[in-house]
Amino acid sequence: MSTATPTDQKLDVAPPYNAVARHGVSPQPSHDEVARFDFLANFNKFLSGALGPGNKLTYDKRVQPAFQKEHGRVPKNRFEIRRAMNNDPFHKFWSALKRNSMEMRQQNGRAMVLRQIDELNAKARQYNEGRDTLELNPAIEVPRYQNTVDIHCMPGSYHGEELIGDVSAGANYDCGIFATTAGGLGALSDGGGAALVKWIKQQRPGWEPRRVLDIGTTVGHNIVPLALAFPNCEFIAIDTAAPILRYAHARAQSLGATNIKFIQANAEDLSRWDDGTFDWVQTTMFLHETSGKALPKIIAEGYRVLADDGLMFHLEQPEYSDEMPLYEQFIRDWDAFNNNEPFWSSMHALDMKTVMIEAGFAANELFESGVRAVVDTDIFPEAATGDDEDHGRAAYWHAYGAWKNSDQMQEAAE
Amino acid sequence: MTDDIFDWMAAANKKAKGKRPEYFDDPEDERMLSILMAVVGEVSVLRERMDTVERLLDAKGTISRDDIENYAPDKQAAYERGAMVREYIYRVMRGPHQMVQELEQVEPPIEEVSRELKDI
Repeated sequence: MSTATPTDQKLDVAPPYNAVARHGVSPQPSHDEVARFDFLANFNKFLSGALGPGNKLTYDKRVQPAFQKEHGRVPKNRFEIRRAMNNDPFHKFWSALKRNSMEMRQQNGRAMVLRQIDELNAKARQYNEGRDTLELNPAIEVPRYQNTVDIHCMPGSYHGEELIGDVSAGANYDCGIFATTAGGLGALSDGGGAALVKWIKQQRPGWEPRRVLDIGTTVGHNIVPLALAFPNCEFIAIDTAAPILRYAHARAQSLGATNIKFIQANAEDLSRWDDGTFDWVQTTMFLHETSGKALPKIIAEGYRVLADDGLMFHLEQPEYSDEMPLYEQFIRDWDAFNNNEPFWSSMHALDMKTVMIEAGFAANELFESGVRAVVDTDIFPEAATGDDEDHGRAAYWHAYGAWKNSDQMQEAAE
Repeated sequence: MTDDIFDWMAAANKKAKGKRPEYFDDPEDERMLSILMAVVGEVSVLRERMDTVERLLDAKGTISRDDIENYAPDKQAAYERGAMVREYIYRVMRGPHQMVQELEQVEPPIEEVSRELKDI
């Protein structure tokens, strides 16, 4: 029972969408468009905070006992739990509300972006035309794992265009992150990138990488803070989707990150770069959007282009290890089946350490770490973990990393 | 419709590729909930707009549409508006919220309580 009276308590409310920082290609929201995202941000908090715990309650009190009665045993895996939970009235209703919230976020974001698409395209052209820091290649095909379904229910996915050469995919993706994370990624939705800067400055104070490769960069959120923190370093950011790169490049340029070159390329084939080209190869929340065959190829290619003593670093949601309770695996899997993330479930069941060893790393070079989004906590919330966690969206990630041949390099130096 | 008109309102409603999961036994319930949730969202938008108008009138006595469109709350106002939206959400979401409480505490039917009270 709470002892705080209504007058002296501070409620957990989402920051207003007005607090989001604008850059050169931000859509300009009307009053009511701001209010739509304000509603969704607070509604998502309600879904994870007030209703979310009902899922565990119904599992413990109704679903698991009924399963045990019927089968004479407890569920063996997260899939059995999902099939049983999908028949539970509470979980069905919660899922339907959450799915609607995701669909509303897309509709609201697209309505705001598409009504001003001409202005946004014109702004993007100002930053993009004649710059050699944007390299599009129409020969790059959209991989099947990117177009079988529209990932996270984003109509048109990253590669969709409403008008030829437009930036709507990027603008819609960028603006709605606020609503789905309730502001958890900060003013520029770049709390992940800011976290990378903080992490590397603590891990290797004074380290100055010469060249960094960001794979699956989307709108470049997570690479711009690094590029600004290492102004003398050359950054290469790749993605297979041209529309998102047009937006990412314009966004980065307008924020002053002119040392990033955005290139349309598929990370399964990095043959245009020689062995050992990069001091740092990374992905942030990207690998779960690939596939069973593409992922190891990407890691192997990343290993090849990584220089000795270079860093490979991947931010993801936590993997489903044997230690993780099956219920938690099930709830973390919600996005896979309800929010169009078809590789999510298998990816998180992968042992990334094995994948990285098969790519060439020695087991003792690997490390894992937890990374929390770095945001201006005066305005934006710190990511909730624990009972209130919005699984799949919490701005708290699991990092898989390795320093390539770091032991040999150290021995050679000594 | 001619080819050169881009209907952004229709385009905003584009469906994401990938079969939509079915949550309810009756597919019409899926549509009804989607309409209801859109209205729930729009009522919240109207309330926030009304709050903007009231705050601007308090501060200035008279306002224009531009004032409304350009309004940005300060930190205190942002918090108060967040609390307003939160309170609204709790009110309209009473039903599903009480489902959680029902799960926390399973209760006997009132008929049972009624029979019990007769004898005590």
